[in-house]
Amino acid sequence: MSNNSKSKKNKEGKRDFLIISTYAMAGIGAASVAWPLIDQMNPAADTLALASTEVDLSSLEEGQAITVTWRGKPVFVRHRTPEEIKLAKEVSLDEMRHPETDEERVPNEKFIVLVGVCTHLGCVPLGQKSGDIKGQYGGWFCPCHGSHYDHSGRIRKGPAPTNLEVPSYKFLSDNIIKIG
Amino acid sequence: MIKCSSSIFSKNILRPFLSVIIICISSVSFGAGEKINYPQLNWSFSGILGTFDRASQQRGLQVYKEVCSGCHGMRLLAYRNLKAIGYNEDEVKAFASENSVNTINDDGEVVERPARPSDKFVSPYPNDKAARAANGGAYPPDLSLIVKARPDGANYLHALLTGYIDAPADKKVPDGMYYNKYYSGNLIGMPQPLYEDGVEYADGTKATPDQMAKDVTAFLAWASEPEMEDRKRLGVSVMLFLLLLTALSYFAMKQIWAPIKNQ
Amino acid sequence: MSKSKFKNPVVKWIDHRLPVFSFMDHELNHYPTPKNLNYFWNFGSLAGFALVTMIITGIVLSMNYTAHVDYAFDSVERIMRDVNHGWLIRYIHMNGASFFFIVVYIHIFRGLYYGSYKAPRELLWILGVLILLLMMATAFMGYVLPWGQMSFWGATVITNLFSAIPLVGENIVTWLWGGFSVDNSTLNRFFSLHFVLPFVIVGVVILHLVALHRFGSNNPIGIDVKGTQDTIPFSPYYTIKDLFGLSVFLSFFAAAVFFFPNFMGHPDNYIEANPMVTPAHIVPEWYFLPFYAILRAIPDKLGGVLFMFSAIAVLFILPWLDRSSVRSSQFRPIYKIFFWILLVDCILLGYLGAMPAEGIYVVLSRIATAYYFFHFLVLFPLLPYIEKTKPLPLSISEPILGGAATASAFATREKK
Repeated sequence: MSNNSKSKKNKEGKRDFLIISTYAMAGIGAASVAWPLIDQMNPAADTLALASTEVDLSSLEEGQAITVTWRGKPVFVRHRTPEEIKLAKEVSLDEMRHPETDEERVPNEKFIVLVGVCTHLGCVPLGQKSGDIKGQYGGWFCPCHGSHYDHSGRIRKGPAPTNLEVPSYKFLSDNIIKIG
Repeated sequence: MIKCSSSIFSKNILRPFLSVIIICISSVSFGAGEKINYPQLNWSFSGILGTFDRASQQRGLQVYKEVCSGCHGMRLLAYRNLKAIGYNEDEVKAFASENSVNTINDDGEVVERPARPSDKFVSPYPNDKAARAANGGAYPPDLSLIVKARPDGANYLHALLTGYIDAPADKKVPDGMYYNKYYSGNLIGMPQPLYEDGVEYADGTKATPDQMAKDVTAFLAWASEPEMEDRKRLGVSVMLFLLLLTALSYFAMKQIWAPIKNQ
Repeated sequence: MSKSKFKNPVVKWIDHRLPVFSFMDHELNHYPTPKNLNYFWNFGSLAGFALVTMIITGIVLSMNYTAHVDYAFDSVERIMRDVNHGWLIRYIHMNGASFFFIVVYIHIFRGLYYGSYKAPRELLWILGVLILLLMMATAFMGYVLPWGQMSFWGATVITNLFSAIPLVGENIVTWLWGGFSVDNSTLNRFFSLHFVLPFVIVGVVILHLVALHRFGSNNPIGIDVKGTQDTIPFSPYYTIKDLFGLSVFLSFFAAAVFFFPNFMGHPDNYIEANPMVTPAHIVPEWYFLPFYAILRAIPDKLGGVLFMFSAIAVLFILPWLDRSSVRSSQFRPIYKIFFWILLVDCILLGYLGAMPAEGIYVVLSRIATAYYFFHFLVLFPLLPYIEKTKPLPLSISEPILGGAATASAFATREKK
């Protein structure tokens, strides 16, 4: 009698196992179909291909600046004069809201590369063109709410909480940088 | 007793029903028009597990570049896509930079810059009308999708490229037209593109017209369906999963239904 | 407060206020279903699955699609080449349309074979025909969106059908196009309608299910359920059977998507639309071919359009055309033969729709069209007067022994 019920129980266990694993497998199938549907919203291959951009700096004279578009945002590239470099390096970090040395921010001291978006509320600061208002510290000035940036793109005065962002970039040769 | 009805079905009805579906589907695909018989080649990429032959694709790219690209664009393909047929970043960059694209400089002037990997293949003509005008009114079609856009595309293309023969004596070939035994109507606006040693292959393969036609077809087949290898690979695992699920659910169904069937 | 059947306190709390769980438990779990349904009853749930698949993939595709004549073709190719898994999603949607129609056509012929449209299920059937009509409209407009040659010329030819309407025909066509040919406005409105109509279909499908659950499923014997001994709860019996059916269906579907994705399509649709050049053979998608054949079989423009729409219109009145009170063909020896003739006739029409409209094909499509209408308008009303039906069983669980069905039943039993 006990033997009989045991084998019956065994049989039922097997039966449940089969049914449960069937539904579990169907569940796994349904879950794995979800991934392509989610992943299609990530940047597509053509968008990713534009995620990095190369800039030729050979024609950029001392004191000149250019703005390039990178990932839909303006990137400021400026060929700094020796005087600007000196000012950027000499200033004391104590008086800064977001203390960073110029060396940390500008690997090649001649060329500074910045994302041209004010860290306050996302306006594009002035200072790229020769006639622009450059603010009290001679770098860039955001006209929206009056943030002043210095020659290293550091926030010195105004509401912006942090320095202008430095994008990831590298020098492919003396005059060509690859941003992104 | 209940069983009787369902087993009658599987015998008498299921079979005609299935065959009907199959006929229904197959009749459609053979539906269109009169058929010219092309030589049926054994392509590496045909079949359920077929993949592209990288060396042949690369030779095909060379044929496209040196022979076809004078008239035919491939506007849906980007230079970066060439990484998929075995080129590295620098080779792609070098290949792209041989072409130039128009851009607008800060002064608003249209200037040329070298193409980048992210650019699409540069078309030989600025627009369709220019293409038509330069080719005596015949439009050289874009080749990005050509293998998918023709019935039996790969075989058709290979046949067409190797199908130039002298016209039969009774057939008049007007100026600017050429005789091709595989083209519908036999008169084609494209002159014979492939000649013995028309290109010089870097890997030493002999550049016969047949070889070049095969290579360029392999390249164009990939251009039409760049996803093909991924698709087939994923397909195999999906099929295995579904077969397992079918088997499992069949036995689970038998288990669950056993008490009803044995009533 | 009555005792709840749910243990989970949250479910209990919600169900007391909003009885969705009771509803689902009743309609999907305990729902009494005839116990003798065969595999042809799987196709209803498969159609539902296909609809959901189409809607999900469709929404995802619309996130990457541009409805403009200059960009539509390229945006579809961008989906195929650049969007992550875009090729998979698009091939599922593209082949999904064909498989949806395969499933629905089998579902319809199952209804015809077993008389599922007869009282009291007339409205259930009519809602089903309405779903078919909506599906056709949706599929037609969806096929225009990739903006290939077949898209463009299919749209041109089909919208021109309406020009056959006397007096206002031309105005209607111009109104449909929003211009003087199929152009950007047409593409835009077709995209909008292609997006919204599937949700209308979902609405009608819900009504279809409400009507179904009023009297429950028909069954292969076609007699009414006499009591609980004839039924089993939907779950687990039919949930597992539907899962098995779904796995088989998906195996065929996946084979098409992964290995023959363009088998049911037309190569010309990979050529961008060109209003100046018509392809040599304009062929609609395979699921429209029988109707296309009827259209071309009639030598008159207006007549062709009328016959084509009538081919679907007769389905709406079918419950009243068929005068026989016996549902299942199993007990109608003569109708059974004609059922198969109708099926062959429809497939023949499909074949003829793909052939050029010349010579023998025209003659054959006229004969096939004539038979189609003969079947519905003459055979269905008159056959019951001459047909001697076989004796019906007493109930699903105790059929009467007698006749050929029993003999083969014994044969099957002995084999086991």
